[in-house]
Amino acid sequence: MARIALEHVEKVYPNGYVAARDLSLDVADGELLVLVGPSGSGKSTILRLMAGLEPVTGGVIRIGERDVTDLPPQQRDIAMVFQNYALYPHMTVRENLGFGLTIRKQPVVVVDQRVRTVAASLGLDALLDRKPAQLSGGQRQRVALGRAIVREPLAFLFDEPLSNLDAQLRVETRVELSRLHRKLGATMVYVTHDQSEALTLGDRIAVLNEGVLQQIATPMQLYHQPANKFVAGFIGSPAMNFLEGVIRREGPSNVRTFRGIDLALDVPLDREAPGRVFLGVRPQHLEVVGETATGDGTLRGEVGVVEPMGNEQIVYVTLSGGDRLVAVAPPQQQVAPGDTVAIRVRLEGAHIFDAETGARL
Amino acid sequence: MSAPRINWGWWAMTGVLGALMVFTLFPFYWALVSSFTPDAALFRDPSLWPREIILDHYRALFDERDFFTPIRNSLIVAGTTTLFCLTVGTLAAYALARLEFRGKAAIMAFILAVTMFPQISIVSPLYLLLRSLRLIDTYPGLIMPYMTFAMPLTVWVLTGSIRQIPRDLEEAAHVDGATRRQSFTRILLPLAVPSLATTGILTFIYCWNEFLFALSFTLGPERQTVPVAIALFRGQYQVPWGQILAAAVIATAPVAAMVLLFQRRIVQGLTAGAVKG
Repeated sequence: MARIALEHVEKVYPNGYVAARDLSLDVADGELLVLVGPSGSGKSTILRLMAGLEPVTGGVIRIGERDVTDLPPQQRDIAMVFQNYALYPHMTVRENLGFGLTIRKQPVVVVDQRVRTVAASLGLDALLDRKPAQLSGGQRQRVALGRAIVREPLAFLFDEPLSNLDAQLRVETRVELSRLHRKLGATMVYVTHDQSEALTLGDRIAVLNEGVLQQIATPMQLYHQPANKFVAGFIGSPAMNFLEGVIRREGPSNVRTFRGIDLALDVPLDREAPGRVFLGVRPQHLEVVGETATGDGTLRGEVGVVEPMGNEQIVYVTLSGGDRLVAVAPPQQQVAPGDTVAIRVRLEGAHIFDAETGARL
Repeated sequence: MSAPRINWGWWAMTGVLGALMVFTLFPFYWALVSSFTPDAALFRDPSLWPREIILDHYRALFDERDFFTPIRNSLIVAGTTTLFCLTVGTLAAYALARLEFRGKAAIMAFILAVTMFPQISIVSPLYLLLRSLRLIDTYPGLIMPYMTFAMPLTVWVLTGSIRQIPRDLEEAAHVDGATRRQSFTRILLPLAVPSLATTGILTFIYCWNEFLFALSFTLGPERQTVPVAIALFRGQYQVPWGQILAAAVIATAPVAAMVLLFQRRIVQGLTAGAVKG
């Protein structure tokens, strides 16, 4: 096992598209780091750079203590699980699993024994003589996983390995992967666009947008202390609400008013009021209260849609000013589309972001 | 209760397919029947059904004439051409399908342009060229012109089919530790077998049937191929139809056998299940 380090890595395609810009990150030995971001954020490209499937246009990549920047994939000693599994269709499961060892000229006995061990641990024993075409989606996924494990590589790279599975299987496999990571103690880099997958799997999570690393932190830190508006909006479900407005000092103490009248914020600011800001509040920190409620931190609006989720209701509200908010209400509360409601903002869970830079203040 | 319905669609389909089959297979059937019929009977009262079967024509092919030589010539010329075409074509197709280099589109267009020339228009210049190379009436003298005409087909078909093989498979092989050469031979080539078989057969058939070059660039029976030999059966006063048709049957047999043999391979979707299903 080994650590992986990217130092000021840059990837610019000949057509000028920037997939990674001045990217530095460190995957500790035995860590599971998740790369997450919307499509086009460069997360898969970064994985391919680590694997050596694409050359970097700048910077250095290290695996272990070795500089692998200019090494082809076959000399990097890493394993990769592809989104579509990429099983060799003309080979049996046994040959697929053993391919990495056979090609490295391992003795037949060793290959056979390792293949058997891994197949047994993944419940593939009975399928060893089948071809990939004769397997179900879940079985193919396990073969792809097994092919990576058999080689005992320095690190594992996963490129959205669960996205082709149905919802139930995805959750099961996610748990299995987590267990596998703990059992092997292996360094893993996992790419996904699904933030819930990222939060549940990752020791740490790197959030990417347009080839730029936004924040790298533990799931809890990402959720509670997002570095900027992008991270705050991307992590968490339903997504965080943003209200744009102007903040200004009012009164002698440290009381600041958002939009003059709407909300009185008692939020300490590091510097003088920056002017235009976004107020970010998670739906869980919005309380749907009776129409008559008044007081600080209360907004008014009309309920558009209510999604009953069983343990909670997701309420979509259009404010009188035209802003839309998403709130989470307890299951027993009576809310219906068309209702006029008041929304109380629990400011202790709110964040303020600079409207220009997006940075959290 | 509804009356059993007649499946008109099925009957129409069967009818059309049947008619098409009769249309395409009848000439071959006719040749087969005629090749077993005495010459005299052929003209007196031709019949759809063989009344008496004789092997005279076949015997004559190998006893009176030396039909072995043209068959050997055809096998050598067509076989070698096919082999060369597949080897060079696969490598070219791999480069065109997988590698990034300048002028790829131009090369593809240029390869295709070669086939645009009508064969007859280049017979004379080719003859002069081959004569100065002293390749008239030799095997290479036929194989080389054949290659120029068969290669574009090989390259185009193989490029297309290699493009359809998911790139992920080779990338997976690289990560697994395979070099470029290994991923080519161990992953790509096995997956390309169906299209290799298809193009191989097409090339072979093209060379096996080719007439104009074979007639122009050979001088005597020593190097003549099957089509040329058959064409030269006819004498000044008579056409030995029985022998000609017997020869035609023999010439068709290997091609038909090959297609039947590889049919399963060709149709079989080998890449099925490679990626998500």
